[in-house]
Amino acid sequence: MAPVLVLVEHTDGEASDPSLQTLTLARSFAKGQPLHALLITTPIQSDLEPGRHTILDLAQDLGPRHGVEAAHIAEHEELGSFAPDAWAAVLGQLGDRLDASAMFAAGTDRGNEVMARVAARTGLPLATNCVSVTPGSSVTLTRQRWGGSLLEEALLHSPRPLITVAPHTVPIEAARAETTVERFTPQLKEQELVVRVVERVPPAGGVSLAEAKVVVSGGRGVGSKEGFAIIEELARLLGGAVGCSRVVTSAGWRPHTDQVGQTGTKIAPELYIACGISGATQHMAGCRGAKRILAINSDAEAPIMQNADYAVVGDLKEVVPAISAEIRRQR
Amino acid sequence: MRVLVCVKRVPFTGGKMVLVSDSMALETRHLGFTISPHEECGVEEAVRLIESQKGESVVLTLGPPEAVEQLRDAMALGIDRAIHLQTGGEEWDAEATAAAIVEAIRADEAASGPFDLIFFGNESADSGGYQVGLRVARELARPCVTGLKGLAIEGSSVRCEQEVEGGRDIYAVPTPAVVTVKEGLNLPRYPSVPGRMRAGRKPVVVTTPARSPARLELARLVVPPGQGRRAEILGNGASAAPAVVEMMRKIGVV
Ligand SMILES: Cc1cc2nc3c(=O)[nH]c(=O)nc-3n(C[C@H](O)[C@H](O)[C@H](O)COP(=O)(O)OP(=O)(O)OC[C@H]3O[C@@H](n4cnc5c(N)ncnc54)[C@H](O)[C@@H]3O)c2cc1C
Ligand SMILES: Nc1ncnc2c1ncn2[C@@H]1O[C@H](COP(=O)(O)O)[C@@H](O)[C@H]1O
Repeated sequence: MAPVLVLVEHTDGEASDPSLQTLTLARSFAKGQPLHALLITTPIQSDLEPGRHTILDLAQDLGPRHGVEAAHIAEHEELGSFAPDAWAAVLGQLGDRLDASAMFAAGTDRGNEVMARVAARTGLPLATNCVSVTPGSSVTLTRQRWGGSLLEEALLHSPRPLITVAPHTVPIEAARAETTVERFTPQLKEQELVVRVVERVPPAGGVSLAEAKVVVSGGRGVGSKEGFAIIEELARLLGGAVGCSRVVTSAGWRPHTDQVGQTGTKIAPELYIACGISGATQHMAGCRGAKRILAINSDAEAPIMQNADYAVVGDLKEVVPAISAEIRRQR
Repeated sequence: MRVLVCVKRVPFTGGKMVLVSDSMALETRHLGFTISPHEECGVEEAVRLIESQKGESVVLTLGPPEAVEQLRDAMALGIDRAIHLQTGGEEWDAEATAAAIVEAIRADEAASGPFDLIFFGNESADSGGYQVGLRVARELARPCVTGLKGLAIEGSSVRCEQEVEGGRDIYAVPTPAVVTVKEGLNLPRYPSVPGRMRAGRKPVVVTTPARSPARLELARLVVPPGQGRRAEILGNGASAAPAVVEMMRKIGVV
């Protein structure tokens, strides 16, 4: 029976959460057809100490934990640094060899990019960032538009549906299957290695916006670059990161790396504090993952009031320093 | 040097999404229009390249007659001329869009020589397919690097920087090449009044491509649930501070 094939992204012997979410959605789509996974790596050294998390352990685990019946490991010397055309070639070739009925990847930057390259080389349509998919002579699906602020129901007419799954929209569900692990060396052409990472610059350190437990953000209401001093102070007191809206980055008050939103960073803190931010859909697309949102706004009718859990109505220039003072007082 | 940048006209939605009655499109009667911030950075980068390297910059859009507004906006910032692939305003899927763009690029290159660089947004603001640039690059057999936050021409190659989990991945590919870019690549300039005046006189070539049937076919749009909760008001002004800190204690962030 033709399998459903899923590209699984992994680091240090762990599959990424978006890939595990993708396995869950692909399994429900497969409805009894076998679920296969592809892992891409450099040649595996056989002399690794046992018990260490390795890609072989990961492949073996995909059966009993995620219902994968066959885990394919593509090993090649040239796959040590990311080369998206090579990844697409490997995925495309395996899909052909298995006569896959559909192919899935996570809707991450990497997953979307690799799947788009597969689509381009095979001349097939691609539906990115899906939140649900139902098989049929044409696939019925729901996918995200506007960074998730709007959903689209669509039909995908394709002999081999190509689908990516919007991260953090499908909960990971465990499933059991007997797995076989199949290792192979893909054939790569020179031109598939033209686009590849030639150098890696490590992260700068500090509290990263994407990972912070608390994010204190400022918008147009902050008024100036200097106005961010009170936002920074509150963020520091809470051990959090500073964020901002696009109006702020466009004005040059903060670097774009601080921007929260559809074309900025997507965050998922315990608490998001939005100060002087109106709550445009494109901004909310970046903070919808926050557990709780506190809005501080002088306008009780601002759209953010419909998207927040808590609100303080007032001038942020008074409210924010008062909160900082209260935290200090209680320490 | 010749560069091309592809932009898509989209509505500038505000605090909420409102659909027309058949749910096939956004209600745009009261909205302005714009392009994705990613594409704005593509326009800015194209203008800067031609300012420093000399040559010609071209902007292209596939969209309704009104999309000429977005072409003029790009020309007001310094783009030299425009190509408008005119549609009746109906939805084009990524495959059909890419095919029409490829055809237009081939025609322009046949007349004026190859583009050294072609800019796309990493993803369009509305449909977010993450694919038109990659499809065009594949068809033209040119290398394509995605999601750029940094770009430098080094002789006959282009050095590309991508942001990954706080760090950066560097690529170097030969030109002619296709790049897809993200907001943060640069800080786009604002248009000047003389720039706007000049834009009105710059040439726009209009063609009407044929649309192949969509294989990713829109059935209807849905506004996701979960919006429209009402915030609990913790107070007004500075006097709300104790209630805010108590809430913070309750959820364990102080
Ligand atoms: C395709 C696309 C992508 C976009 N991507 C993003 C994105 O990634 N991130 C993003 O943020 N935006 C993005 N935008 C822009 C977005 O649509 C809004 O324009 C932007 O978020 C508005 O920023 P703001 O809330 O700071 O400003 P405004 O909308 O002007 O709101 C300012 C708010 O501050 C309040 N205020 C003013 N003074 C005070 C005061 N003293 N005290 C308290 N409150 C005060 C006002 O009541 C108002 O609510 C995008 C737009 C498009 C079209
Ligand atoms: N109708 C269009 N006209 C011109 N360029 C487009 C159009 N649609 C998409 N593009 C370009 O392709 C990029 C990626 O689009 P997408 O694949 O829809 O995410 C966009 O950022 C634009 O640069």
